[in-house]
Amino acid sequence: MTDQADRKVLSRTEAFFDSDLWWSFKAHKSAVGAAIVLALVIVAAFCAPVLSPQDPYDLAALELWNAELPPIWMEGGQMPYLLGTDVQGRDILSGILYGTRISIVIGVASVVVSLFVGIGLGLMAGYYGGWIDNVLMRVGDVLLSIPIVLVAILVSSVAQQFLPPAWREAGVAAVLVLAIAMYSWVQYARVVRAQTMVERRKEYVQASRLVGTPARRLMLKHILPNTLTPIFVAATLNFGLAILIEATLSFLGVGMPPNQPSLGTLIRVGNQYLFSGSWWIVLFPSIQLCILVVAVNMLGDWLRDALNPKLR
Amino acid sequence: MLAFIIKRLANAVFVMLSVTFLAFVIFTAVGDPVDQMLNEQATQEQRDELRERLGLEAPFLVQYSKFVARAATGDFGISFRNQQDVLAMIGERFPATFELVLVATFISLVVGVPMGVITAIRRQTWYAEAMQFTSIIGVSLPSFVVGIGLILIFSVWLGWFPAFGRGETVDLGWWSTGLLTHSGRMSIVLPALSLSLFQITLVMRLVRAEMLEVLRSDFIKFARARGVPARRLHFSHALRNCLMPVVTMTAMQVGGLIAFALVTETVFQWPGMGLLFIQAVTFVDVPIMAAYLCIVALIFVVLNTIVDMAYAVIDPRLKGADA
Repeated sequence: MTDQADRKVLSRTEAFFDSDLWWSFKAHKSAVGAAIVLALVIVAAFCAPVLSPQDPYDLAALELWNAELPPIWMEGGQMPYLLGTDVQGRDILSGILYGTRISIVIGVASVVVSLFVGIGLGLMAGYYGGWIDNVLMRVGDVLLSIPIVLVAILVSSVAQQFLPPAWREAGVAAVLVLAIAMYSWVQYARVVRAQTMVERRKEYVQASRLVGTPARRLMLKHILPNTLTPIFVAATLNFGLAILIEATLSFLGVGMPPNQPSLGTLIRVGNQYLFSGSWWIVLFPSIQLCILVVAVNMLGDWLRDALNPKLR
Repeated sequence: MLAFIIKRLANAVFVMLSVTFLAFVIFTAVGDPVDQMLNEQATQEQRDELRERLGLEAPFLVQYSKFVARAATGDFGISFRNQQDVLAMIGERFPATFELVLVATFISLVVGVPMGVITAIRRQTWYAEAMQFTSIIGVSLPSFVVGIGLILIFSVWLGWFPAFGRGETVDLGWWSTGLLTHSGRMSIVLPALSLSLFQITLVMRLVRAEMLEVLRSDFIKFARARGVPARRLHFSHALRNCLMPVVTMTAMQVGGLIAFALVTETVFQWPGMGLLFIQAVTFVDVPIMAAYLCIVALIFVVLNTIVDMAYAVIDPRLKGADA
């Protein structure tokens, strides 16, 4: 009895701050640094309407005599254009903040979509086996045997042809999300499938099936939680990859259009002024993109090591 | 063994069929070719006649099998945009892309292998740590940003290398090379460097991991005990045992590099296949898009299959397996 009284009951948050994961996080300076940088980038991006000195979508706010102003620390730089302006007099910093928001939203959306598809199909393939398994894994093999950039470019450029003009503005982002997700679901599906095939034979699943638990509940409530650790790592690393692919597509001109620029679009547009001496138009969005992806990848790297039982 | 090879070949054929199917779906989905080939005044009879002649009335699967049969002989039709034979257009651009990929692969090996060895044998030093850290950044940097950065620094600010184009090329009959002229060699430096950066980090990480493994093995310990000098131990004995996976990975990555070169080619306006493809995408020139997809997938699949089969021949552990 006294034993139980002594044992402290941890709430969920307390349990989190007492977990191995949290301790490992605190011990890794690079992970903490990356998390702080990432948090700053995300908060800044989502507070863009408050923080940015100018609304880059509002054409009325643009003044042509403010075009191609250099950053504030150079000769000719003016407040409030901290990082200078582009050829239309658009504030670079505001453009970056709004662009980061678009990049992050597309990255998150494509990870979420591919997680849903990948986990769902992986569970079914692993649980039922048979022809479902065969078909799904074949499709996955084919997708993985074509280079990813190519798939994404084709899907996104062809799908944009089909969008009716009225939908084009809103639809482009959705098309991009699908183009990126089309590739990355395979990875989740494979991991979940392999894990499901192992778990399915274990006693707790067999027992649960004996008492008549429906297959859906069995998959989602019993098997799924035991497959999530590797999925979590893959999703983090894929988030970085998704941002990169979106930026590459936008840079190549098959991604976000210039009137809703993501970071990649900003770099594409700025690239045209590289030789005219206005290097800041392309440099700052590039730096922001690098910071974002490096931070995500460093977090992913740490997470992979921290959750790997072999490295404990 | 034979079963394995047959299985791999069947798999390769299946992938290629799927890719051609994808290409064909794109082909038929994007617009009606009749609209693009006839002008607006064409009568319904003319349209129907062309339709009949192109075989567009045939069932979907019949059309598809005809497409595959023609693609297998290298006939991808003519470009919508400038009415030239698609395969000839791609063939003309192929040497540029191939040279770029070749030089990039060379750079990645020459730089990546020594970096991998150093990070493995001098693990605690500051420069090994610095290289490790740079490698995380190396995989994270988008290739086009690296390209733009290189142009900004070495072309715009320093003016050392040209920022776009291929320089002068020499025609060797069916192959045009830029490697024989000074301007050609200067032009390839920046694009090849930017294409190889990701590859360098990949090679470095692989060599490092393999080296750490090999250095722990008994024969290295014995060699060290016998008094083999450290340099020879590391670079001759240990490194030689790491090279197999490096060669495999390099071979498998060549296909990926050819595809990925399209980003580099866009940044540097390098007149290769990838640039052709991207221009075709902007003008919805479907025959070129379809042909490029099929050709790159073919290179990719052939390389992967060869590597897989070579592995089966070399690695005795795979011989017994029915995999």
